[in-house]
Amino acid sequence: MATTWKFTAKEIVEKPDLFTSGHRACAGCGPAIALRQIMKATRGPTIVTNATGCMEVVSTIYPYTAWKVPWIHTAFENAAANASGIAAALKAMKRKGRLQEDIDIIAFAGDGGTFDIGIQALSGAAERGHDFLYVLYDNEAYMNTGIQRSGGTPHGASTTTSPAGKVIPGKRQYKKAIADIMVAHEIPYVATASIAYWQDVLMKTRKGLEVEGPAFLHVLAPCPRGWRYDTSKTIEIAQLAVETCIFPLWESTDGQCSLSPQSKIVALKPERKRPVKEYLETQRRFRHLLTPEFESEIDNIQKMTDKRWNKLLRRCNLVSL
Amino acid sequence: MTVVSVQQNVLALNGDEAVALAVKQSDVDVVAAYPITPQTIIVERFSEYVADGEVDTEFVCTESEHSALTACLTASATGVRTFTASASAGLALMHEILYVTSGCRAPVVMAIANRALSAPINIHCDHSDSMVERDSGWIQVYVENSQEAYDSIIQAFRIAENPEVLLPVMVCLDAFFLSHTLENVRVLSDDIVQGFVGLRKIPLVASHEGKKVPFRLDPENPITIGPLDLYDYYFEHKRQQEEAMNHAPQVIKRVHDEYAQLSGRRYGNGLIETYELEDAEIAAVCVGSTAGTAKTVVDELRAKGVKAGLLRLRTFRPLPTADVKEALESVRAIAVMDRSNSFGGNGGPVFHEIRHILYDSKTHPHVVNYIYGLGGRDMPQSLIRGIYRDLGEISETDRVESRVHFAGVRE
Repeated sequence: MATTWKFTAKEIVEKPDLFTSGHRACAGCGPAIALRQIMKATRGPTIVTNATGCMEVVSTIYPYTAWKVPWIHTAFENAAANASGIAAALKAMKRKGRLQEDIDIIAFAGDGGTFDIGIQALSGAAERGHDFLYVLYDNEAYMNTGIQRSGGTPHGASTTTSPAGKVIPGKRQYKKAIADIMVAHEIPYVATASIAYWQDVLMKTRKGLEVEGPAFLHVLAPCPRGWRYDTSKTIEIAQLAVETCIFPLWESTDGQCSLSPQSKIVALKPERKRPVKEYLETQRRFRHLLTPEFESEIDNIQKMTDKRWNKLLRRCNLVSL
Repeated sequence: MTVVSVQQNVLALNGDEAVALAVKQSDVDVVAAYPITPQTIIVERFSEYVADGEVDTEFVCTESEHSALTACLTASATGVRTFTASASAGLALMHEILYVTSGCRAPVVMAIANRALSAPINIHCDHSDSMVERDSGWIQVYVENSQEAYDSIIQAFRIAENPEVLLPVMVCLDAFFLSHTLENVRVLSDDIVQGFVGLRKIPLVASHEGKKVPFRLDPENPITIGPLDLYDYYFEHKRQQEEAMNHAPQVIKRVHDEYAQLSGRRYGNGLIETYELEDAEIAAVCVGSTAGTAKTVVDELRAKGVKAGLLRLRTFRPLPTADVKEALESVRAIAVMDRSNSFGGNGGPVFHEIRHILYDSKTHPHVVNYIYGLGGRDMPQSLIRGIYRDLGEISETDRVESRVHFAGVRE
């Protein structure tokens, strides 16, 4: 894969926004930042499709739209099927000589639309091998409907359907390893990214567009409302998730897994790996874990984080440390 | 009198094969489908056309009906002609996307091999699957035989894609009675069909930037399809859908007439088909293949001097209100035959509609309902004779003992 693009700050500032301002996302919204970054990495004509969710709702309140590209939303569980239909149409038009140019397709869906209700359509589209980039913007709960837990919500987080109560300290289950599931589909490109590292997001977006066939990009995108933190802290928290190895950055190209620079440095210099507690403390969705009653949960989260991190290191052929 | 102007071949086809052939000839760009009995033959035949290089179509075997219709919808929004087929549980799984398809004004064409809904699971014919979707904003055409299935699919693309309509169309054929039963079907040549359907025309719409742009996902002229639409605009958009439905009858009739000129085949006026109805005193109303059996019974009764007639509803949506009223007003007693039930609704869906239409008639004919044939239960001539016998009594006594009946069931 030729990686001739660099995405300098100057270059991306000069490129007009395709996801424009004026949308109705909250202050400090991580997903809106993710979308803006990703749309800076497009390489030509692009069609975008969105699952139902925050980003669909805030960007297209009729008669307004924040999109400078053709855009379609149909339902919640079918973003990948949307992309499949568009890809099939473009292919048919090309075959019949009614279309010459290459058009990229990007499907955006949140964690609910991906981990939960949309996984069937996603799996089907990945198996069929349509040429599109699927972007999971992960804010770790159903934020649009009022912060309900999803398969992407982390262990211990308090949501409105996994509330921290007197006896149950938030969500009991651990986050589903969605990107691993996509690697198991043997699609050409799977990557994780965090909006704290914009250049990495752009590079991975472009790689996902460049490969022939399906690509999956899992972007961690903090939500001030749902995670309960000050709107100015979105990027800091997105960075801490990587530094604590709660959300490591890696990519899998044709099945070859490698750590991205921000996580690789932690692998090479373990002293830079920060304890998960530092991440959990920043968000009030975890504040019940800081009480004596439930503090053992922090150890559980640390253990699970380490276990997954070590598994990732082995997969990237780095010694488990 | 219609002049048949083109050569046609007679092929032995079942209903599903007739549909597949019509799709093949209609220059469809994307077919996305998922298998379900008794629709499978449509998809199987079509995949053979693809495998043999007989079509240029992009064929997508999706992982569910939900995704099949979704893919057709977005492909259609990208500007191409699309087709899918389903039945029963598959159509039920599509339910959400049926509304989205009509709401996005995507002219998708779909064949339904009408099959019962679970539970208990049953693969045979009734109309429960499509009747429940009557409010989904799709045009619904119910056919009597495989010939009509073939003809109706070809017409459906022209109707759906007409800029005055721009609504999806469902062509419904009875499971097994039609889907799997061989029939002589007269087929047009590929050229003739392609000439008839033509290339899909994309209407122009006003973009959010105030430009007139093609109504499709086009990077040159970006538009947003399927936005969030709240109380300030949603109602107007739903009103526009009703307006599109109001345009549909004229377009359906026009396309039906034009096709008749080409093929020599007519199905009433395209909306309803009347049989021996002009001077009828008693009449049955039905949709689908039962009409064939009922026509035989009507012939028999007429030979005995009984003034019996039949009305077959070809389009259930849009409901041909004026046509039905005019055709049935002078009949004294009418039996509406429903191959599905509306539980607790005091009668089946066709019955509700026919009675609603006749409420405004000055003559107020008696209208009774016979729910029959659920789960593929046969509807023999003997049962239909019984229905006409009941109608004779109602007409004579001017009294209705019981309004809703279940015909051919063990009580």
